Amino acid sequence: MEANRIIPDPVQVREELIQKYPAKVAKKRSKSIVINDPETIPEVQANVRTVPGIITQRGCSYAGCKGVVLGPTRDIVNIVHGPIGCSFYAWLTRRNQTKPETLMDANYIPYCFSTDMQEENIVFGGEKKLKIAIQEAYDLFHPKSIAIFSTCPVGLIGDDVHAASREMKEKFGDCNVFGFSCEGYRGVSQSAGHHIANNGVFKHMVGRDNTPSEGKFKLNLLGEYNIGGDAFEIERIFEKVGITLVASFSGNSTVAAIENSHTADLNVILCHRSINYMGDMMETKYGIPWMKVNFVGAESTAKSLRKIGEYFGDEELKARIEAVIAEETPKVKAIIEEILPRTKGKTAMLFVGGSRAHHYQDLFSELGMTTVAAGYEFAHRDDYEGRDVLPKIKVDADSKNIEELKIVADPELYNPRKTEAELEALKEKGLEINGYEGMMKQMTKKSLVVDDLSHYESEKLIEIYKPDIFCAGIKEKYVVQKMGIPLKQLHSYDYGGPYTGFEGAVNFYKDIDRMVNNPVWKLIKAPWETAGNGKGGELAASYVTQ
Amino acid sequence: MLLRHTSKEVKEREGLTINPAKTCQPIGAMYAALGIHGCLPHSHGSQGCCSYHRSTLTRHYKEPVMAATSSFTEGASVFGGQANLLAAIETIFSVYDPDIIAVHSTCLSETIGDDLQQITRKAKDDGKVPEGKHVIFASTPSFIGSHITGYANMVTGIATQFAVSTGVKKNQFNIIAGWMEPSDMREIKRLSKELGVKIVLFPDTSDVLDAPQTGKHEFYPKGGTTVAELQSAGDSISSLALGAISAEPAAIALEKSCKVAFETLDMPIGLSATDRFIMALSQVAGVKVPDEITAERGRLVDVMADMEQYLYGKRVALFGDPDQLLPLTEFLLDLNMKPAHIVSGTPGQRFEKQMRQLLDARSPETNFRNGLQADMFLLHQWMKNEPVDLLIGNTYGKYIARDEDVPFIRFGFPILDRIGHSYFPNVGYSGGLRLVEKLLNAVMDRQDRDALEEKFELVM
Repeated sequence: MEANRIIPDPVQVREELIQKYPAKVAKKRSKSIVINDPETIPEVQANVRTVPGIITQRGCSYAGCKGVVLGPTRDIVNIVHGPIGCSFYAWLTRRNQTKPETLMDANYIPYCFSTDMQEENIVFGGEKKLKIAIQEAYDLFHPKSIAIFSTCPVGLIGDDVHAASREMKEKFGDCNVFGFSCEGYRGVSQSAGHHIANNGVFKHMVGRDNTPSEGKFKLNLLGEYNIGGDAFEIERIFEKVGITLVASFSGNSTVAAIENSHTADLNVILCHRSINYMGDMMETKYGIPWMKVNFVGAESTAKSLRKIGEYFGDEELKARIEAVIAEETPKVKAIIEEILPRTKGKTAMLFVGGSRAHHYQDLFSELGMTTVAAGYEFAHRDDYEGRDVLPKIKVDADSKNIEELKIVADPELYNPRKTEAELEALKEKGLEINGYEGMMKQMTKKSLVVDDLSHYESEKLIEIYKPDIFCAGIKEKYVVQKMGIPLKQLHSYDYGGPYTGFEGAVNFYKDIDRMVNNPVWKLIKAPWETAGNGKGGELAASYVTQ
Repeated sequence: MLLRHTSKEVKEREGLTINPAKTCQPIGAMYAALGIHGCLPHSHGSQGCCSYHRSTLTRHYKEPVMAATSSFTEGASVFGGQANLLAAIETIFSVYDPDIIAVHSTCLSETIGDDLQQITRKAKDDGKVPEGKHVIFASTPSFIGSHITGYANMVTGIATQFAVSTGVKKNQFNIIAGWMEPSDMREIKRLSKELGVKIVLFPDTSDVLDAPQTGKHEFYPKGGTTVAELQSAGDSISSLALGAISAEPAAIALEKSCKVAFETLDMPIGLSATDRFIMALSQVAGVKVPDEITAERGRLVDVMADMEQYLYGKRVALFGDPDQLLPLTEFLLDLNMKPAHIVSGTPGQRFEKQMRQLLDARSPETNFRNGLQADMFLLHQWMKNEPVDLLIGNTYGKYIARDEDVPFIRFGFPILDRIGHSYFPNVGYSGGLRLVEKLLNAVMDRQDRDALEEKFELVM
């Protein structure tokens, strides 16, 4: 941070953020606005109901289930059971890129399927229409899998999507049909939908194909959705170092890969919030440990690769990883050295997602920029404070409604990939297995952490801190830019990317440099506004080149 | 191929909609409410609805789209959403201080039977609505109609809940805008001014969803029809409803509540529909059409005559919304083009009948369908069977256009990948000129791209 930059007093900032709220709202919000201390890590209120009317960034359970987790797998026909809107809005809007191997391979991502429920279906039930729709999808496309997603009215009128799915699955014999009770009102945000999706994918997909996967170092990539091609870059690096990617959950993935994913020997988790359940369940049932990694940022990528090398403990692999890092790093260094003088000392705010607000801080620190405030839209306390806090989290009514699958070790397939002693040895080497430290440990003292930021709070924060860049999503994009501050979308990347790996880091450096130093921000005021509009003066010619 | 699973063979479907040519009611209600000055739209349902609508409108306009939600959880869904809406109203007035909150329902709140009239009345009775502020509502169940229905319902709510008849007529006319762009609304105002007719236009999203960059975010931008204007709409001499589906219901309601007579017109897209609009407005107001407007018209006809050879007989596939498709199809016919296939997901016999009438008279062989399963999948299949020279529709059409290698013109809602629609109108003669330019560019660029070297033309 620049020496002359005045850091606002965070205690005062918090007061200012809540002073306009009705008393009850102010009390509730104050628990979600926390002044960070990486040493002691204060408690953050998270994953609780949003105050009605406050203007939240959050979406719904359906968005988390269909949009985030299931959407990126290209060969599932995803039928949304409900009125037309839910399917329409989730149609191609999340940028989960996919690359079928041949022109003949299935890819349903460009399609939008809906039962388009009408009033009569709400009154008399929609199951019959749903079954017709499943039959029609089967007849038209003969997909390997059909998934059904429940929207709000479905749960209320009592349509049983699971029974309908089972019936059709039995009827077809060669098509896996399964449903999700991901009605929008479940839980308090997208997060409920992630959990519901994890449960369904685990129950209905994982473990269906026991064919041993090939490769010496086999892993699954969890919580990577291939936004802007992120997974492509990670795949490129894995291939270079000789790591076999069995399945991705779920960017650029296929049904077959997910069904075979339990044959991998390690799960690496990127987006902890959306997929940690899968990591835990696969650990319990199949004995596959998981490890939190971060491929956002060049240094983080190198660090994550080394962690993977350490896990497999193979010298040859480790050497290849070092060779690849050595090969990729100079290109990245050359770019950052050129850009750094223009970005160093600037400040950023990140209010997005359930992991991204953490991961992208690595890239900003590589750019010499400080994150002065950050928070998630739909994370839980463990994403802020680290998983150590898990036993202390109170389960409220909204969380209780989300099914917690009872998983036991599979009598035949459970095979612990590492012995207790081996895991202990890895831990001693600093390798955190099945753990995550959370965002706050990495943030500076006195930085501000705000969960489920409201529109009002965001305008206040910008007014007070005047950050050089604000990171959020599409709903915030043009609001913040109207204030003369560039907003980087970290859901859609403003249609750029990838931002993972080495190439991704370079893309990000260039994009941020372009945004914070764009001349347009200096063109907002018309010359007559600054010169005193209407004041007389002599005509003086001026030229572009002057 | 992006749409590799779309086969040529058309099979009737009864349960499955694929690639819809419509979306749901509440987004239309949100858009309409943004056209009222100082109004915050409010979605009474789950958070996802509000988030999706704001995201889609934001992507379409590249502008702030502010709206709030009742944030239903499972409890609210079981016990009713009254407590959530009352809490929302209180929070909104204390934090965001709007003049108006415009509440619309969702499939969720409609299914559980929340009564918006009762809840908003309770909010007033409980003193949660500050003096001089308003809470209006519209019932917009997503399982009936389409986004166009939701727009019409909110515009009707606006008309009936604000307009008052004082018994003294004002020398002004209401123009009720069908679902059109801010640029179109601006153009309607300009034409009315040119004619010297005082109008109350509502809703009016100009200066709301095309706001300038000033370095300050205006939570309630300058534009939008004001409460005073809306109240006075009950005293207007008459109303012109621009669009039978999206605007007429409000005109009917206003006739009932305030005895304001109305006439329904097509949205003034293209030459003939604009002619009818100008004629109607000049006649009801008893004013002479100024030479400048006649000249504007003349410029459009001039281009149509001079460039007719390039558009003649070109086959077009279209998808979109009723009130736009109807005059657009008419305009294509005026340009001697051939509308080959038309779909709209918006149901309704009125539209079906009007479009059939137009097609029976001037293009009986056109494939046309609206309502359930009238989707882009069907349109694409029709195109595979009977190819076209041009595709016109919202951004989702780009997948078909790329696969079939057909020139594509973006028109309608949503346009997620280009700008222009919010700044340059499609209505009026100038809008017609813009459309002709787009049509010519699409067709002529293709001719240039495909011409043999010896047939490549410099002058066209």
